[in-house]
Amino acid sequence: MRVSITVNGELRSDDVEPRLLLVHYLRDVAGLTGTNIGCDTSSCGACTVHVDGESVKSCTMLAVQADGCEVTTIEGLAFDGALHPMQESFRQHHGLQCGFCTPGMVMAATSLLAEIPDPTEQQVREGLEGNLCRCTGYHNIVKAVLAEARS
Amino acid sequence: MIPASFEYTRASSVGEAVRMLAAGGEDAKVLAGGHSLLPLMKLRMATPSLLVDVGRVRELSYVRDAGDSLAVGALTRHFDLSRDELVARHAPLLAAVAGQIGDPQVRHRGTIGGSIAHGDPASDLPAACLALGASFVAVGPSGERRIAAADFFTGFLETALAPGELLVEIVVPKATGAGWSFQKFNRRAQDWAIVGCAVVRDGSTRVALVNMGASPLRSPGAEQALAAGASVAEAAERACDGLEPPSDLNASAEYRRHLASVLVTRALAEAGGAPGQEASP
Ligand SMILES: Cc1cc2nc3c(=O)[nH]c(=O)nc-3n(C[C@H](O)[C@H](O)[C@H](O)COP(=O)(O)OP(=O)(O)OC[C@H]3O[C@@H](n4cnc5c(N)ncnc54)[C@H](O)[C@@H]3O)c2cc1C
Ligand code: FES
Ligand code: FES
Repeated sequence: MRVSITVNGELRSDDVEPRLLLVHYLRDVAGLTGTNIGCDTSSCGACTVHVDGESVKSCTMLAVQADGCEVTTIEGLAFDGALHPMQESFRQHHGLQCGFCTPGMVMAATSLLAEIPDPTEQQVREGLEGNLCRCTGYHNIVKAVLAEARS
Repeated sequence: MIPASFEYTRASSVGEAVRMLAAGGEDAKVLAGGHSLLPLMKLRMATPSLLVDVGRVRELSYVRDAGDSLAVGALTRHFDLSRDELVARHAPLLAAVAGQIGDPQVRHRGTIGGSIAHGDPASDLPAACLALGASFVAVGPSGERRIAAADFFTGFLETALAPGELLVEIVVPKATGAGWSFQKFNRRAQDWAIVGCAVVRDGSTRVALVNMGASPLRSPGAEQALAAGASVAEAAERACDGLEPPSDLNASAEYRRHLASVLVTRALAEAGGAPGQEASP
């Protein structure tokens, strides 16, 4: 089936099998491997991207369901060679160690701030419920998101 | 994990979806948010031959004031339900439940219709609908019919929906100012309830339970005890009468029975206790 999807601002048109998952479309068809696959069972959030501005787990969505939509991946955040402020805040506050969860974490965090611009710590923790990190203990991730919200 | 091959078609209206389902025959399935169906397809526990995607049927995403009740379109997402002002005013239980499903990513995709049609005993919105005394409107090739929540959940992942029928609307009687509570017990953030309890207390008290049997269900024991004037403690003790909760990795049936009586106690306390007592604000 033919799909037209705007990925990081660029309109693409591809022939895909209906069963192709959005995450495989992004990684294998569009060549954007920043989006990771952690669990493949909708649990870890490593595959989080934005569809029409909202966070979704791209391992639990078909590429055909994104037909006509705008998809943003971690590669689409940096602008003109400069990190997105959320990425910069993760760097500043040591919000990552191995970095595997980070693309999904940053996408979940930016979606969260779009919905709740000035969240409490509790709201940040709840807003990142769908993203697992095996390294940081979450503390510095929460710090990074709060700092970015307040800047 | 990759689903088995299937044909895919996208409906843009209710009528078109019903025609596509009829043409697709027995193995055709509706795809709404996909957050129950796609995980099952990835595990190959579901292998539909055709998916009819109703995700773009925008006419089915709404919350409307319908006088004595709220009408909620089947494609309304958990995220929208959790933030809707009408729902917050007239059925706050529904908003609270929707806001606790999974995580934000799940709530951005999952729909109330999908949650009801799936009929999973572990899911939360069916319990909320049972407690609120909701009913469901389905459209099929032979027209429209309305099914009470109490008659809808017939077995494990089985409902009163006939093949080829589309769930289009959830009708929720207004419970403005009624006492209510939702208790969800799980061990980790984002998890499904090991046991859950939804209570609405208006004239009478309805007590619905999550994960306490093969289907979403109400607790006849607790409800009958309360109707007969029993105390909260007595009602909680009878909460599991006649129920057969599952045993699994998370909990034994015995532990579930214990949890249910604790959660029923908490829920009734929060919703304002036994009839005759004042509802908490
Ligand atoms: C990580 C994760 C965590 C979750 N946690 C929870 C939780 O804590 N509590 C909870 O309650 N749920 C939870 N869920 C499930 C979630 O709420 C699902 O969104 C919901 O159960 C199904 O809705 P859907 O729109 O995604 O339906 P789909 O997956 O698209 O469909 C589910 C089933 O219903 C049928 N169907 C869908 N819409 C209709 C319709 N309008 N008419 C007829 N049939 C229809 C489909 O054919 C399919 O059989 C979780 C899911 C995930 C992935
Ligand atoms: S890979 Fe999608 S949630 Fe883990
Ligand atoms: S930094 Fe390693 S998983 Fe989060």
